[in-house]
Amino acid sequence: MKLFPLKVSTPSSPIDSLRDDTKFASTKIAIFQYLTVGVFLFLITGFWELQVQNEDVYNQRAERNRIKAVPILAPRGKILDREGRIIVDNQPTFSLILSRENLREEHLKPIAEGLNLDYAELVDRLKRFRNRPRYEPIVIKEQLTPADLAFVEAHRDSETFPEMELIVAQRRLYPKNGFAAHLIGYVGEVSEAELNTTEFVRFNPGDIIGKTGIERQYNDVLMGIDGQRQVVVDNRGMQREVLAIKDAVPGKNLQLTIDLDLQAVAELAMEGKRGGVIALDPRNGEVLAMVSRPTFDPNRFAGRIRSEDWREIMENPERPLLNRTIQAQFAPGSTFKPIMALAGLESGILDDSFTASCSGGATFYGRYFKCHKKSGHGRVDLHRALVQSCDVFFYTLGNRLGIDTIARYSEMVGLGKKTGIDLPHEAEGLVPSSQWKLRTFREKWFAGETISVSIGQGALTVTPLQLAYAIGGIATGGVWIRPHLVKDRGPSAPARRVDINLESAAKIVNGLWGVVNEGGTAAASRLPGIDFSGKTGTAQLASNTVLKGSKLGQTMKDNAWFVGFAPREPEIVVVALYEGGEHGSWAAPIVRDIIKAYFDKKARKAEGKQLLATTAINR
Amino acid sequence: MATYRSIRDLDWSLIVVALAISALGILQIYSATLDTVWQDAWWKQILYVGAGVVLMWLISKMDYYTLMDHVPIMYGISLALLLVTFAVGTTVFGSRRWIPLFAGFRLQVSEFIKVVIVLLVARYLTELKTDRLELRDLLKLCGLVGLPMLLVMKQPDLGTSLTYTPILVVGVFLAGLQWKHAVAILVLFALVMPVGWHFLKDYQKARLISFMNPDQDPRGSGYQVIQSRIAVGAGGMWGKGVTRGTQTQLRFLPVPHTDFIFSAFGEEHGFVGVIVALGLYFLLIMQIVQNAQMASDRAGVYICMGVAALLLFHMFVNVGMVVGRMPVTGIPLPLMSAGGSNTITFFLMLGLVNSVRLRRFVN
Repeated sequence: MKLFPLKVSTPSSPIDSLRDDTKFASTKIAIFQYLTVGVFLFLITGFWELQVQNEDVYNQRAERNRIKAVPILAPRGKILDREGRIIVDNQPTFSLILSRENLREEHLKPIAEGLNLDYAELVDRLKRFRNRPRYEPIVIKEQLTPADLAFVEAHRDSETFPEMELIVAQRRLYPKNGFAAHLIGYVGEVSEAELNTTEFVRFNPGDIIGKTGIERQYNDVLMGIDGQRQVVVDNRGMQREVLAIKDAVPGKNLQLTIDLDLQAVAELAMEGKRGGVIALDPRNGEVLAMVSRPTFDPNRFAGRIRSEDWREIMENPERPLLNRTIQAQFAPGSTFKPIMALAGLESGILDDSFTASCSGGATFYGRYFKCHKKSGHGRVDLHRALVQSCDVFFYTLGNRLGIDTIARYSEMVGLGKKTGIDLPHEAEGLVPSSQWKLRTFREKWFAGETISVSIGQGALTVTPLQLAYAIGGIATGGVWIRPHLVKDRGPSAPARRVDINLESAAKIVNGLWGVVNEGGTAAASRLPGIDFSGKTGTAQLASNTVLKGSKLGQTMKDNAWFVGFAPREPEIVVVALYEGGEHGSWAAPIVRDIIKAYFDKKARKAEGKQLLATTAINR
Repeated sequence: MATYRSIRDLDWSLIVVALAISALGILQIYSATLDTVWQDAWWKQILYVGAGVVLMWLISKMDYYTLMDHVPIMYGISLALLLVTFAVGTTVFGSRRWIPLFAGFRLQVSEFIKVVIVLLVARYLTELKTDRLELRDLLKLCGLVGLPMLLVMKQPDLGTSLTYTPILVVGVFLAGLQWKHAVAILVLFALVMPVGWHFLKDYQKARLISFMNPDQDPRGSGYQVIQSRIAVGAGGMWGKGVTRGTQTQLRFLPVPHTDFIFSAFGEEHGFVGVIVALGLYFLLIMQIVQNAQMASDRAGVYICMGVAALLLFHMFVNVGMVVGRMPVTGIPLPLMSAGGSNTITFFLMLGLVNSVRLRRFVN
């Protein structure tokens, strides 16, 4: 078949004459053929290595490429008061996580700048996660502001910073203004140091755990189990399909024994003061209110606290993080006198005939000890000595008892050791004894030192909680129940019953009733219609170990104490420590307010009225 | 001189193999661009293959001597178009390689120049009519090929410019390269290499570095190599199936329809598919070499061997890159990679081979 006639160059073309020898290079062509075979073998071995020998390896890497695990953060349980009212809530916020699989070092700086993060801190943070699997994303900022969200949305595409990913997190919402801050505590990211302790060893870096207070004590209850979403993503990190979802298990709610109404009254009563207030029900050990001042705002800790905020709080000389109700250890002053009375009555030394004559002071072992009333109380028995808080009476009693008897009864009522309340870092206080002196100072106890201890001074220190626990136990006739903050879940330690003479208890309670109702040292805090009893205390700071070194002049003023309860067989015991309050009668109104609120509420409840929360806790 | 030529005399096995490869390419382009902005690339590729086949047929009808006659003009036009590319070229990925044409089509001059280089080398060496290449002639030929190479390198497009060298190398090898010259050139290269390093663009240096150690910079230049190896390896023996390759479909694989099309192919068709495809390429090259052996004169040998060398070089560099055994150079896989200029260029060359074949029975 003849096709189109083809144009053929003319014979005159110079090149045409070159149509000549063929096969001039057959060897060389053969060499080329061998080369071709070689190249193809080279390529095929490449595929053999990848596809046949290492198929599984590359299959796994392909799977890792496309399947991303996005954490679903479990919300922590809420914290409720004894009536089910919410104290600590959660609020959904956005957190930014960085996926390290496609993280580029040079992106960190602009990301840090865009989100107002400290670059050095961010780098440091990534370093700490170095040992974690790379597919595990890291939260780098919580509670994103609208500006942060705008930045993330504008820059998370594949060309800019594809490593950024948003997840919904539940931010802890604490009451404002440090309301109940000390007892609740706060949450924070588990630190490296904590991870090395047995308590926290099971957590992973980045986990949010309770750091103090209830949040820490009941972390296991409150903390949920994070879930996970397995998604297929493309090279831009965009989700294409969801493979599997493991739902998060939310943490359980926790009901406290705290009564928000009483707590609010206590907070208000302590406003502007330094110290602590604790109210508990001695019949069952339930803590009704717990306030420590100065306070702090746990919301500032709720996420990752900024280092300058942390420094500010840590370096505050007032130590706002200290829960003074369980951690402040001060001389109890005259509030120790009921315990002295118990020691005297139970040991038999303080019988009905025991009196002392007060002329404004007395000399023991060559040293003159003053009574707080310069003109003296005259001849006083136990009842008057308690009502008027006569120091000379208790000097005399203490001198007769001796330090070791005092120590034995102090320990019996619960001083000098932890009450075992369900909060971390409870202090023990100190009950001095001759053995203690020998052990600590390698010195003999001087009888003169007993005189100071007799009125709650000297080396003796207690925490407000210990005092409330001790007095509550005495007033209930020798039953001490471990204080606790959580309903139903609390440590169900059996009541510690001590066989004390009920008559002794009644005598002491009578005296304390007189303090308020018979023109005693707290007469101004009388509550008509309520059997309010109590004891004032004014303690010098000579033995103050907690705030030693503090430069504030205020700390040099005497601490004011008041321990009060009502009715005679108490339903509520309240201790107020008013640091620098100068006289116990200044602490009494704090206790009075709480006791009054307690009975007001009880009365209204009895009338069947629904009490509107007087609390103005706003979050 | 006139010889009997019929459509039956075309090298049909060559054409069938080439069309089979093109068909695999179109299928893979379809799969790799599904639901992307390039999703119409597969039918465009059909157009290019169609145009390529027509042009191949037209070229095969022309006497290669006529074509060689026009080498000076074609060479001049090529250089002029390269300069035009500099002036009006479209910049993509920081490189000016394309002259924009109508309707979004664009012309990559550096691809078509391959045809001119094949003819240039063939004519120059044929005119020498020697089995022992003199140094003067060698340098002259190197200069002639080197000039367009330099211009293309300047675009910058190192990969395409390098594809001109195998044509030259095979040409001078067949024309009787002297051992001393070969050694001298190799020594010269060894000396020039460290200096040349400084003239490479940063991205070219990065590519070479990451080729040596891809895991050092997994998100940068090494990323492409790593993802390509993952794609190929995950394909396994039988492949994941058309449109089922996760590396390809989720776009972890860079440019899976052009330079890295064979990675996508390897992922979706597995080792078995790879062997079939490579087998087709092997047949293609061997068929071209056979045409060289049957050529009636030196010029035909040079043309066919130039085309074969170019194809082999493309396979070596592109497929080598896909399995991570060659650095990333960005040259397409012949007949499979999507793209008009390169597809048509390869069909033009197959036309040259057929032109030689049709004129194998002289006298």
